[in-house]
Amino acid sequence: MDMVTTITSFGRSGTFDWLYQRVSAVVLATYTLFIVGFIFLSDDFSYQTWSALFEQRWMRVFTLVALLATVVHAWIGLWSVVTDYITNRMMGPKATAIRVVVEVLLAAVAVFYTVWGIEILWGV
Amino acid sequence: MLKVSIYRYNPETDKAPYMQDYELDTQGKDLMVLDVLELLKAGDPTLSFRRSCREGVCGSDGMNISGRNGLACTTPLSVAAPKGKLVLRPLPGLPVIRDLVVDMEQFYEQYRKIEPYLQNDTPAPAIERLQSPEEREKLDGLYECILCACCSTACPSFWWNPDKFIGPAGLLQAYRFLADSRDTATDERLSKLDDPFSVFRCHGIQNCVNVCPKGLNPTRAIGHIRNMLLTRAV
Repeated sequence: MDMVTTITSFGRSGTFDWLYQRVSAVVLATYTLFIVGFIFLSDDFSYQTWSALFEQRWMRVFTLVALLATVVHAWIGLWSVVTDYITNRMMGPKATAIRVVVEVLLAAVAVFYTVWGIEILWGV
Repeated sequence: MLKVSIYRYNPETDKAPYMQDYELDTQGKDLMVLDVLELLKAGDPTLSFRRSCREGVCGSDGMNISGRNGLACTTPLSVAAPKGKLVLRPLPGLPVIRDLVVDMEQFYEQYRKIEPYLQNDTPAPAIERLQSPEEREKLDGLYECILCACCSTACPSFWWNPDKFIGPAGLLQAYRFLADSRDTATDERLSKLDDPFSVFRCHGIQNCVNVCPKGLNPTRAIGHIRNMLLTRAV
C-alpha cells in the first residue's frame, strides 16, 4: 500500500508542511507583537517614526520575511481546507477543475502580494 | 416511559432514511442501550443493528447514541437518556447498509494500510522474542483498541477524507507497531506515513479521545508518530 501522493501541497511531505506551518506561525506572531508593541510603546508615534522604522534595512527584511511567512502559512492552511471540502467525494468529478482554479487563484494572489509588498518596502 | 428515536433505512424499500419513534417501559431500570434495542427488536423484528459480546469487548455495536459515538452495550440510559429521550443513529460518515448497520470497509481499508502485524527481519529465536517490562509497557494504551470505529467516525478529517486520512483508530495501531521493540520496520512504516494526508490531516481536536469507549488516547499516539517523523526529517 503506497502512501498518498500529492503534487500541489507546499512541500509535498506532510512533515515538511507541518513544520513550515509552525515556523511561519512563529514568524508571524513575532512580527505582529513587534508592530503592535512599536505602535503602542513609542513615545511619539507619528509618520516620521513610522517611515524612519521602514527605512531600516533590517525592518524591510523582517517585513519581507513576515510577508513570505504569510504566503507559506496561507498556502498550507488553505490547501488543506480546499482538499477537505472541494473533493470528488464531496461533489463529483467537477471538484478537480474547481480545486485547480482555486489553487491557481491562491497562487496568483500570493505572487501579487509578494511583488506588491517588495515594491512598497523598497519603493519608499 | 422511555422515548426512543431510531434512524431507519432499508435501501430495498425506503427512498430515504427516516427517524422512527418507539416507546418502552423500562420499569425504572437503568438499562444499557443495547438492552433497549433488544427489547424493541422483540416487538419489531425488522430493526437491524450489529451486536455480539454485549460487554464492550467485540466492538460490534458502535453507534451514535444521543449525539455521541459509543458502544450500545456499555452505555447506560442514565448517561444516554437522562431526560427519558434516547436518539440512536448509525456511526456518522460511513455508508449505511441498513438501519444502524454501516459498511466498515473504508475503516478497515485504512487499518489494512498501516500493516497491523509485527514485522521483523532478524532470524527468529528458538522460543520467542523477549521484551523487557519497560518495553512492554510502551504498548499499554495502544493494544487495547477493539476497532469499534467510534473514534474514526467522530473525526471530521476522516469524514472528509476517509480514503486518504488513516484516522485515529488506524493511527493508534500504527503507533502500536512503531513503539514495539520487536518490530524492525520502523523506517518503512514512517516513510508510508509522511504524506500530507495519512497522519497530518489530524488537527488535534480530540473528538477521538472524547468518544473512545476504552478510554484510549489516539491524539497522543498521533503526536508520538509526528515526533518520530520530525526527528527523522530534521
